[in-house]
Amino acid sequence: MNTEETGMSSAVSLRGVRKTFGDVTAVNVVDLEVHDGEFFAMLGPSGSGKTTVLRMIAGFETPTAGHVRLSGRDVTKLPPFERDVNTVFQDYALFPHMNVLANVEYGLKVKKVGRDERHERALQALSTVRLQGFEKRKPGQLSGGQRQRVALARALVNRPKVLLLDEPLGALDLKLREEMQVELKAIQRQIGITFLFVTHDQEEALTMSDRIAVFNAGRIEQVGTPAEVYENPASAFVAGFVGTSNLIEGRTALSVLGRDGVYSVRPEKLRVDIDLDAELPEGEHSAIGTVAEVVYAGAATRFVVDLDAGGRLVAMQQNLKASSMDVLKLRDARVRLAWRREHEFSITGPM
Amino acid sequence: MSTLTSPGGPVRRLAGLLHRRPYLRLAGLLSAPLLWLVVAYLGSLGALFLAAFWTTDVFTGNVVKQFGLANFQELWNQSVYRTVTLRSVGVAVAVTVADSLVAFPMAFYMAKMASPRAQRWLVIAVLTPLWASYLVKAYAWRIMFSGSGVLNWLLDPFGLHGPGYGLPATIVTLAYLWLPYMILPIYAGLERLPNSLLDAAGDLGARSFRTFRTIIWPVAFPAVVAGSVFTFSLSLGDYISVKIVGGRSQLIGNVVYDNVGAANNLPFAAAVATVPVAIMVIYLVAVRRTGALENL
Repeated sequence: MNTEETGMSSAVSLRGVRKTFGDVTAVNVVDLEVHDGEFFAMLGPSGSGKTTVLRMIAGFETPTAGHVRLSGRDVTKLPPFERDVNTVFQDYALFPHMNVLANVEYGLKVKKVGRDERHERALQALSTVRLQGFEKRKPGQLSGGQRQRVALARALVNRPKVLLLDEPLGALDLKLREEMQVELKAIQRQIGITFLFVTHDQEEALTMSDRIAVFNAGRIEQVGTPAEVYENPASAFVAGFVGTSNLIEGRTALSVLGRDGVYSVRPEKLRVDIDLDAELPEGEHSAIGTVAEVVYAGAATRFVVDLDAGGRLVAMQQNLKASSMDVLKLRDARVRLAWRREHEFSITGPM
Repeated sequence: MSTLTSPGGPVRRLAGLLHRRPYLRLAGLLSAPLLWLVVAYLGSLGALFLAAFWTTDVFTGNVVKQFGLANFQELWNQSVYRTVTLRSVGVAVAVTVADSLVAFPMAFYMAKMASPRAQRWLVIAVLTPLWASYLVKAYAWRIMFSGSGVLNWLLDPFGLHGPGYGLPATIVTLAYLWLPYMILPIYAGLERLPNSLLDAAGDLGARSFRTFRTIIWPVAFPAVVAGSVFTFSLSLGDYISVKIVGGRSQLIGNVVYDNVGAANNLPFAAAVATVPVAIMVIYLVAVRRTGALENL
């Protein structure tokens, strides 16, 4: 194996990594390269192996097979305390008997950094996460969002090459989560280290990351930029997990698209035509069906349409002019769904 | 059925009354335990404390119900009582230290390393000795410590001898008897310690010993203190084990026992009995000052 090639520009490199717990295979041969300075998300449902991969990078688990490299150095067998990474835990794992400052200073104290420098760096890390003035509080006296920031400061203060984040926003409410998404991204840009991020929330992965690896059943289904993963999913699983899948397959595909196979169109690419006989613009496909369900969601409306050719598609329309009264009238109406041909993509992978 | 559901039924009327008057409900719930606590427990403690100030008529052996400090003066002036008190405290401390040293690794294994299945079995295994009679266990140790007992048989090939009957044997026996009371609180305390804290310490560069010293021990310390309240107080009051395996050693409990029985001096026995109570009060206040009780 060529270590030069795998080493220089990649912060984290996994080669043929497998992990089994007894009879259960948690991770089934994963290869992954995370570049320096990247904001990288590992996305997947629970039990897909993404957290196990993170724990193997941190050193809490040892791979059953394969190699883990950090900046080119093989760390497969090294314990966590000899790796240049730090972790933000899902439950934050703040030390309950220490105040905020002692929590943040912990890693520096272990590394025997002098008292003054330690203090200064800890205060600086706390100001990075906008928590000045909270030094003397105990974790129990903080809100969820504040604890999350302390956990972030405690990891960042060690200036790791890679910061690992295990569902860091999972325990926060929606509003706070959206705030922290923006803030995490800003902090990452500011300090410029690699963030490796585990999440089951596809929207979070899409909005925050430079690249995404989609996990399913212990394997990586696809690695790509958010746009690639969303617009061009490599498998039916990715299409379904990242967004709504809208599959057109078998007989329906033959009659609507004129060819066999499995295809998918994103809901927002579908146009709902009420006039069934209106002229179809050049380069579009269409299918006629009955509206089975109308879901009004404020900014947009979701139409669930049963196609005459068989199958069911979901269409998302922005409520440019319509109100809830208008769109709800469309239940049971006959409509035509139309979309540009380039927005239908063929899916090859297994379901 | 009809009496239950008719508006005027007695059960229904009572239920309605209890619903409208929460104080009555509380009184019904708590009067029995409160009666027990106040009369049987605090009452007898008060009687004990009162009796400590009485004396016994030397000739008739009757209790003279006259207030005086004679018993406490004797306790203080006779050096033998001070020696016995210090010895008892020493035994209680030794038992507590021995128990925490043995219990901590066991509790740690149970809470953090054993599989959930093994965990359940271990809790049962720790509890089973409590089903056996105290006397059976104490006499078992007596046999083990005897001249031809298991201990000497084991040590003999190395040219060593067991300690025989005496204070060391008493400490070992008491430590064995009270071990479950130390293991269970520590186990419960460590169970509440999230595994992620240990991961986090390792992640921040701490090796095992440092993780133990800076994270596990401080977080589990209140649990150790809770266990020590049991082992310390139970050891301080014990007088049977020392009779069985202690040779001729005497602890506070024996002094109380002898004054109740052979010496027939109940007031003096009561005065002696206040000593361990006072020591426990001091111990609990000291424990409170460390803040450990608030974390329980």
